[in-house]
Amino acid sequence: MDARVDRIARPWGGRTPYARHGQWPTRVDTHLVDGVTADEVERWVQTASVLHSGGDAMDIAVRDGRMVGVRGRAIDRVNRGRLGPKDLFAWQAGASPDRLTRPLIREGGRLVETDWETAMNRVVSRSRELLGERGPGSIGFYTSGQLFLEEYYTLAVLARAGIGTNHLDGNTRLCTSTAAEALKESFGCDGQPGSFDDIDHADVIALFGHNLAETQPVQWMRVLDRLEGADPPRLVCVDPRPTQVARRATVHLAPRIGTNVALLNALLHETIRHERIDHAYIEAHTVGFEELAARVANCTAEWAAAICDVPARLIVQAAEVIGTTGRLLSTVLQGIYQSHQSTAAAVQINNLHLIRGMLGRPGAGVLQMNGQPTAQNTRECGANGDLPGFRNWENDDHVAELAKVWNVEPTTIPHYAPPTHAMQMFRYAEQGSIRMLWISGTNPAVSLPELTRIRSILSQDRLFTVVQDLFPTETAQLADVVLPAAAWGEKTGTFTNADRTVHLSDKAVEPPGEARPDLDIFLDYAARMDFRDKDGGPLLPWHDPESAFEAWKRCSAGRPCDYTGLTYGRLRGGSGIQWPCTEEAPDGTPRLHTDGIGWAHPDECESYGKDLLTGASAGVVEYRSLNPDGKAMIKAAEFLPLHEAPSQEHPFQLTTGRTAYHFHTRTKTGRTPQLNAAAPDVWVEISEADAAARDLEEGDLVEVTSPRGALRGRLRVTDLRRGALFVPFHYGYWDTPAGSGPDGRTPGRAANEATVTDWDPVSKQPLFKTAAAGLTLVEKGGGQPSPAPTTTASEPRPGSRVPATEGGPSARVLQTTATDRASQEGAR
Amino acid sequence: MNGITLTLRLLHHGEQHLAGELLAVADRHRTEHEVHHVAKDLAGWSREHVERLAGTGRSYGLELGAPPSKPSPALLTMVRERAAQAVGHRPEPGLLLLRDLRELHLDATGNSLHWEMLAQAAQAARDTRLLELASSCHPRTLRQMRWTNTMIKNISPQLLTSL
Repeated sequence: MDARVDRIARPWGGRTPYARHGQWPTRVDTHLVDGVTADEVERWVQTASVLHSGGDAMDIAVRDGRMVGVRGRAIDRVNRGRLGPKDLFAWQAGASPDRLTRPLIREGGRLVETDWETAMNRVVSRSRELLGERGPGSIGFYTSGQLFLEEYYTLAVLARAGIGTNHLDGNTRLCTSTAAEALKESFGCDGQPGSFDDIDHADVIALFGHNLAETQPVQWMRVLDRLEGADPPRLVCVDPRPTQVARRATVHLAPRIGTNVALLNALLHETIRHERIDHAYIEAHTVGFEELAARVANCTAEWAAAICDVPARLIVQAAEVIGTTGRLLSTVLQGIYQSHQSTAAAVQINNLHLIRGMLGRPGAGVLQMNGQPTAQNTRECGANGDLPGFRNWENDDHVAELAKVWNVEPTTIPHYAPPTHAMQMFRYAEQGSIRMLWISGTNPAVSLPELTRIRSILSQDRLFTVVQDLFPTETAQLADVVLPAAAWGEKTGTFTNADRTVHLSDKAVEPPGEARPDLDIFLDYAARMDFRDKDGGPLLPWHDPESAFEAWKRCSAGRPCDYTGLTYGRLRGGSGIQWPCTEEAPDGTPRLHTDGIGWAHPDECESYGKDLLTGASAGVVEYRSLNPDGKAMIKAAEFLPLHEAPSQEHPFQLTTGRTAYHFHTRTKTGRTPQLNAAAPDVWVEISEADAAARDLEEGDLVEVTSPRGALRGRLRVTDLRRGALFVPFHYGYWDTPAGSGPDGRTPGRAANEATVTDWDPVSKQPLFKTAAAGLTLVEKGGGQPSPAPTTTASEPRPGSRVPATEGGPSARVLQTTATDRASQEGAR
Repeated sequence: MNGITLTLRLLHHGEQHLAGELLAVADRHRTEHEVHHVAKDLAGWSREHVERLAGTGRSYGLELGAPPSKPSPALLTMVRERAAQAVGHRPEPGLLLLRDLRELHLDATGNSLHWEMLAQAAQAARDTRLLELASSCHPRTLRQMRWTNTMIKNISPQLLTSL
């Protein structure tokens, strides 16, 4: 059955209900540019989405050497043909006229076009100078969550063993480092326990700070389809905003921002008090239960209600829903990860599952999610403040093994301290010990907290900045050398989504001008730097994506993220495959910890753990004594008051986040007509009570202020919790006259003008949810609505006269569903 | 004064001192954000220890006093923070940071040894209340030590090789 659906107005499209334990029906979404029909498409080229961490599999339609549309892949386990709004439309951004097509270098204070030879020579000569004068610690690399596995791995080898620096991290620090850290703390090692397929089987789905509807819209379609089928799941939602998830939830808790640990300790208290625990599982597979029981003994629902400002009866009710089901799936995202005590909170969610024995079975699992599409790969490949293959930097055997894979001496690989995290790298650049920063595929001048500080760091004369990107971003405008990179669809590689599914992404079209794949740029740099292994051979002997993938497979062998059973050939044509994929498990592995805990043994674990409050390292001796047999670790944490509490001058809590229509700093989605029109400018959400108390209404232009800076946006009044302000973090300055930051004529527009420089001491993930903020009226709206979409968590309160968000004819998407079981099978 | 009251007095003084030093370090290193924030959290533990020691001390005839209600005068905090921001673009304060972390570590170690003594004395005297106090506070002192040690381990390679 075919239908045409405006997928801006209806981001999740039509329903295909299915029953619990059934197979999610196929629905193929296709979007082709006006005037091109399916039979005019010359080639369909396989790939998956790089606009969120869902990994929706799709094919790119190519005609006359250009992309002309996309179609979901019905065969893929992740999405069964469905695509989200960003998947459907954002591919158009690659053909934007303002793509970077030639390298740029700074001459006399201005960026001017040059050739690759000149640009690379400048990068290489600065690298050599710094290595000679100041040593490897003067060079840092800050990468992305949007490159491919082969590129991260290449970067990790050249940085860690070529330059020999400890300073390599990804912007995945901002989105996924708490997920990784929470898994290390509980299970000894990174690795997503659950699978998206658990949505098919769960009886209760608890979403903690996870606006699934907007962050991974296709998996939300899956939940919606189950909600409309037989034996639907009940949802528990923890979120200060009235998200689509909250609207469909059996219990919605909107705690005061920064109080997640208190809330979770109360949920654990209730679970233990009512004996809703699996003693046999605890005994067989965990250590530390007694400490948790003691820690939460006094954390009653009433105690938490006072801290979190939610009714105690709702906490009790949520605990009952979570505690009485036999199949619990929990998912976790930025409402936990970017908030106060992030790792401590994320670990308490793991604890809920450990004490209830809800792991490793269909419908019983945890998804510690990621925000960015290829965040999983920065973690695996050692480009996110870890060593490649989830190796433990404190374990000399692991370092020796890695050195063997790379054929270098172990001392070549810095491992005297943990790999430097991004926030510390920017601090080192600020105080002057890092003198060269190579930024690939990310835009810190919009995405990091406290932007006045970040711009001042990036603008220093003594800091040599290389920016490798698709567009002249706010960050690129501050660089010394700008390298034009090829985009998704213009290069080949693989990447892995949040449930460990590996997809191949083939090249569909040529990159514009002289733009080159990130892999080629890194390999070119490595060749020019003449990095050698200990026998004098090239340190990076691979030359293209497939040979890089084969090199990575050798590095991953025997580790949890084992890719040895995968090849480009196996990934081409079929569905994505979940790692570990080996000779023994050639079809991949849906769930981890199905038979006890996998990688927590002291000799195998990725981390010996940290103090959940201070971030202090525990060390191998303590790890061995507490967890000699490699079980899961139940770690308790006490609630700590916020670092920046609201005050008279700054009475609100500013919380930032995303919308369904944009990704990251809008470099692609802001250049996509349908998506840009759906959410064209920044806005500020406020609760009805706070708006009424200040005589503010929809559309009023307000200024949000903090001790760090200010931004302006038009007000949207919603059912947000009282005391909070929400601002989307996507908006920057590239599409304003100012260019890279606010100036006399362009007021602040980025949410991060006002956020605070503070991070979780355990995961080092910055806090984007908790800044104290003030609010002032700039001018009345006079009937002009806020540019916020009406279809999402920013939906206005009932009765407002805001026009509904629509996409019109250019947003109509063909939706093909099978009408009966037989044709459904045929479609696959 | 007996050995127990002497130890209580020493600990009270030591925890009060550490609380003050943690806050001073937090101010002095305003541009080292992790140090700034975590040192403040850890100062809270020492302040709580001071309160509990004062409460327990009363039963032993000691007037130990509560922690100062304003931990550090606002003006002093402002001066320290401004000074930190003024030199935030220079590498030399890194040495001062390492020295401060070392001092904090040694202060915490001193407290830890006194908690050890108190716990031992409490056992010998069969004083369960004192033992409970020591068992509940001492682990946090050890965590303060571990934090300073971890920070020194993590940042000293960069700070000491870049001058």
